[in-house]
Amino acid sequence: MCMDVALLVRIFPEVLLDGIILGFMYALIALGYTMVYGVLEFINFAHSEIFIVGAFVGVEILLGLKSVGLLDGLPWPIVLVLVLIAGMAASGLLAVTVERIAYRPLRNAPRLIPLISAIGISFFLQDLIRLVESLWRNAFNMVYPTIDVLNLRFELTETLDVSVKSLVVIVGAVLMLWALHLIVNRTKVGTAIRAVAEDQAAASLMGIDVNRIISLTFLIGGAMGGAAGVLFGVQYGLINPYSGFIPGLKAFTAAVLGGIGNIPGAMVGGLVLGLLEAFAASYLSLLTGGAFGAEYKDIFAFSVLILILIFRPKGLLGEVVRERA
Amino acid sequence: MIRHRIRLVLALLAVLAVALVPASKLEGQAGKGTIKIATQSPLSGGQAALGEGIKLGAQLALDKLKGNLTKQGFKVELVPFDDQAKPDVGVANAKNIIADKDILVVIGHLNSGVAIPSSEVYKEVDLAMISPANTNERITDRGYPNISRVCGRDDVQGPVGAEFAAQTLKVKSVYVIHDKTTYGQGVAEAFKADLEKKGVKVVAFEGTEEKSNFDPIITPIKAKNPDLVYFGGIYDQAAPFFKQAREKGVKSKFLGPDGIDSSDLVKIAGKAVVGIYYTTAAAPSTSAQAKQFGDDFKKKFGKNPEPYAAEAYVATAIALKALESAATGGKVPTRAAVATAIRKVKYTGMTGSIEFDDKGDPKKASYYVMQVSNDNPEKWGENKEAKRLAIAAPPLKK
Repeated sequence: MCMDVALLVRIFPEVLLDGIILGFMYALIALGYTMVYGVLEFINFAHSEIFIVGAFVGVEILLGLKSVGLLDGLPWPIVLVLVLIAGMAASGLLAVTVERIAYRPLRNAPRLIPLISAIGISFFLQDLIRLVESLWRNAFNMVYPTIDVLNLRFELTETLDVSVKSLVVIVGAVLMLWALHLIVNRTKVGTAIRAVAEDQAAASLMGIDVNRIISLTFLIGGAMGGAAGVLFGVQYGLINPYSGFIPGLKAFTAAVLGGIGNIPGAMVGGLVLGLLEAFAASYLSLLTGGAFGAEYKDIFAFSVLILILIFRPKGLLGEVVRERA
Repeated sequence: MIRHRIRLVLALLAVLAVALVPASKLEGQAGKGTIKIATQSPLSGGQAALGEGIKLGAQLALDKLKGNLTKQGFKVELVPFDDQAKPDVGVANAKNIIADKDILVVIGHLNSGVAIPSSEVYKEVDLAMISPANTNERITDRGYPNISRVCGRDDVQGPVGAEFAAQTLKVKSVYVIHDKTTYGQGVAEAFKADLEKKGVKVVAFEGTEEKSNFDPIITPIKAKNPDLVYFGGIYDQAAPFFKQAREKGVKSKFLGPDGIDSSDLVKIAGKAVVGIYYTTAAAPSTSAQAKQFGDDFKKKFGKNPEPYAAEAYVATAIALKALESAATGGKVPTRAAVATAIRKVKYTGMTGSIEFDDKGDPKKASYYVMQVSNDNPEKWGENKEAKRLAIAAPPLKK
């Protein structure tokens, strides 16, 4: 069994880049899980659909712009920002609505009840998107219209080039993670969110409107998911109503890996998972001479995940420290 | 209070009982009985374009050719089922199908992985299935007398692709990717085996269930720079794969099996797939008969027929012919009699002349290598024929 070491080395930077892009995508989605968990200790399984709704709103707006001829008429950064804002607004509002309808009435029920409600909402949203898209466009797969600039590639080295859209994903994700960090740690609202996360009863005694803060948490988490949805569509080009499920599951894993409830943890977890997946998919068959191929990437990534969680059950960065009376 | 509720339940049950009296019983009394033909194909989900084509092809054949049976006093109906391209759904539908005694023939499926378990159910009651599109060997190699198909086989389709790659394209190295389904992996393995026999190097053989992000799979392909990349799978996965590979700078030629033979391939991947090749057992719409079919189809349903719509038409035409010959004496034939009659049918239509061998394969099936010529989905029918081969199905391996 011969290993092509030169080949392994040659593709290393590109695999690294693939992993980073995927990792930021997971990180952005993971924020929605982790913020909600941090505040309510509840896993919002409908977040994968909230994410994909962002992608659908994005594609509809792009197609709308295209049909009136503005897609090539407007400068591409404006188009992109417009689509991102629309996707964020739609997903954020959807998340708030879902919370209001399906979770708030169950807030004092046993822990499992809202979880089941969330799974129900997830299925409901999947088929609702499918219904709407099949009535509206008679389509299942939706293709993102190409913006030529985004497909341009920069040559970094002889073997490594990167497309504009990949840079957009990285830059966009970093900016949003940073903004979120500022909101949570440096603003009054952020302090209120952290207070509710620590102790709802005490926070409400201090004059914080707990319901409003919880809605706000869903709004922010959903908006991040919506932005991730638009970036996902721009990067990979094809979505369908069920596209959200697998990335959602992986992002949830990333959140657990980083330490659920912990915002920097979501980013670390996302990056670790993205890199593991990219390396497994690209290298497994090269390293094992074809005995294990790319199809084992998830098994490999999740095996590592189990190992990490055995030794660090609270995730890489640990759960947010929580004091309770 | 409780008595009140019981009364309410009883009233509801009574209403339901009246509503559920089968409509066919009420209508059927007039004629000699009802004959139903079922279709099973994905009508929803990522492969619905092809599945819908199968249903509509069967519909068109039924509307055009049921005359002889209706003259004899039978009521002939089509009942479409949606198998969602999922084996469990296909089997559940199959159980409903065999429970409906009026269903005498099934036209289906699209996916071999769905057709194989579902046909085990049809086998229980000798219900005939004619497949318009399933190319996996095991469809007919099980030797069931009730299972036939009008299309080719993967153990021939794979080698047709290999023959084309080695002789016509003269490639030296090939990278094979498949989707890990019965169909995709099966055809990819047959392709690889024959290619190696011909002395062409297969540099990698990879399976993936990925649907959106192919980056980590494409990176090693780009590094190895093979002459040809083969994707054994279906267009909803192949299209984003080909598109992302081209975007990432893979310059290799692309080839795939009939699973990518759909206008949705260019709808999704656009310019990236212009010039790629695919092997198919579906006849290109160049003959006069095929043109006629295309026109009729467009007139009736307002869209161009997808690949395998023609095969579904042919399968249904064969089913109707068999039903006519089995329905002698003016009685609804038994399911077993219909299955036997199907094997005796000789039919000449737009996909050539079809005569079944003792396994249920066409004695001679045509295979085509096509090249995508335009990024407009409307013009999928104008793809160029690069090569045509008529090959007999291999005998059953003992």
